[in-house]
Amino acid sequence: MKKTVTDFLLVENKQLNKDNFQLLLQSPQPFSDIYPGQFINVEIKEATEIFLRRPFSVLDVDYNQQTITLLVKILGRGSKKLTEAIAGQTINAIFPLGKSFTLPDKSDRILLIGGGSGVAPILFLAKICGLNPSNVNVLIGARSASDHIDVSSYLNFGQFFFTTEDGSLGEKGYVTNHPVFCEQLNKFNKIYTCGPDLMMKAIGRTAIKKNIFCEVSLENMMACGFGVCLCCVEDTKTGHKCVCTDGPVFNVNDLKW
Amino acid sequence: MVNLEIKIHELVFKNPVLTASGTCGFGEEIADFMDLSLLGGLVVKGTTLKHREGNAYPRMAETPSGMLNAVGLQNKGVDNFISNIYPRIKDLDTHIIVNVNGSTIDEYVALTERLNELDKIPAIELNISCPNVKEGGMAFGISCVSAEAVVKAVRKVYSKTLIVKLSPNVTNIADIAKAVEGQGADSVSLINTLLAMAVNAETRKPVLSTITGGLSGPAIKPIALRMVWQVYNAVKIPVIGMGGIMNATDAIEFMIAGASAVQVGTAIFIDPTIPVQIIDGIASYMERHKIQSINEIIGSLQC
Repeated sequence: MKKTVTDFLLVENKQLNKDNFQLLLQSPQPFSDIYPGQFINVEIKEATEIFLRRPFSVLDVDYNQQTITLLVKILGRGSKKLTEAIAGQTINAIFPLGKSFTLPDKSDRILLIGGGSGVAPILFLAKICGLNPSNVNVLIGARSASDHIDVSSYLNFGQFFFTTEDGSLGEKGYVTNHPVFCEQLNKFNKIYTCGPDLMMKAIGRTAIKKNIFCEVSLENMMACGFGVCLCCVEDTKTGHKCVCTDGPVFNVNDLKW
Repeated sequence: MVNLEIKIHELVFKNPVLTASGTCGFGEEIADFMDLSLLGGLVVKGTTLKHREGNAYPRMAETPSGMLNAVGLQNKGVDNFISNIYPRIKDLDTHIIVNVNGSTIDEYVALTERLNELDKIPAIELNISCPNVKEGGMAFGISCVSAEAVVKAVRKVYSKTLIVKLSPNVTNIADIAKAVEGQGADSVSLINTLLAMAVNAETRKPVLSTITGGLSGPAIKPIALRMVWQVYNAVKIPVIGMGGIMNATDAIEFMIAGASAVQVGTAIFIDPTIPVQIIDGIASYMERHKIQSINEIIGSLQC
């Protein structure tokens, strides 16, 4: 699909927990073919301090309703300002941007691992991957139970596992401490992950060691989002690559991890 | 119908709006968003003789009304441009201008000679003002002597329109402009980014891997306007103005201050449709003010 600059209507802005909001955006035009890992670059209407757009991974799409759902976690001034937007407001965004995760094959047994706002493309992938739910395992980590978003509407798409750093939900520790990761990893032939850099590195390095296919979705700081500013580069085995156009999804084997 | 045509040296542009080097790739990256043939011209990403990986990440910092970049001329080199990119973009119905960079005068000359062979490149923009490379770049553009030397050498091997892109990181930009005019530059474009930096207070570390970078965006517009006006008053060759242009009014302000054409840069990152909006906005402004030809407003500042 051609990239466009679109004025979306903010249909709903729902607070999920302290720092996470779910924004439902409706496009005035129909669109198609948006896949997990792709993102949209949102203009934040603010005075001088927030100059650049903010990229958000797509959580869900509804082609009939012409809507895109975003998960917005407050990380700084830009995301905070966006969470203050009210229904009925216009939200300008450039979309669709970036390359998606490689969709799994029918026979794959996949482990999806999300942390923080990185759960957005992970849940989207769980929903649309088309696999038998018994072959889809989703591991989500957060600091504490109150930081986890409600995934009850996704439970039919796979088996879910949770970790928290304080033990208030699921296993105590990081996602890499969960038995599904540290004991049963050989059950899977594909790992997909999005989340904090350190989490993805730990997962990616394990995948490399165990020779398991693994894709990670990076979120380097970007200015444009469509490959002209060359600011968001990742130093890969084949040189600097733009996270916005060559990624954000990369196979760990291509990275210098 | 208003007349938007302007002339830089012998080159006629259908309108005065160009996209700035390093903000529009090779045009293809923004083709989804606009009809590139609507542009007056397109200045492609800074090119060097050899492939350059550019500087390490992080290369960007958002700042109030602007941003810093320290990309460091990442590009695949002139051979790749000539064999892979040029054939794809040469038939675009707009002027394609190549931004030329070097670490030494010999490199500038060798690169220019290669570009001189390309029929559909009617002009080059000699970049003696990149603040993000260790060798060459801005070093050539901050003294009259070195600026003269590089322009003199390139002029000898280049017969088409030679635009020299000036650095604002100097005491008197008009002196540099006069110096390059004296060596045969056909036009000057200004301003490149301002040397600047950002600090992370939490970590006490610089935000950019290179510590310093180049500031662009509306934050620098008043400085750019002042410099365009100073240079316009110092030289006879046409001036191409840039620095924080976000809309048609900004573009018109630069032209009133003396710019024959403008380049839109950082604004493209925010909205890649802005260059076309600016072209339309200039036309509306002219209709509103009953101006027949855009040339009437160039340097029309009433002091």
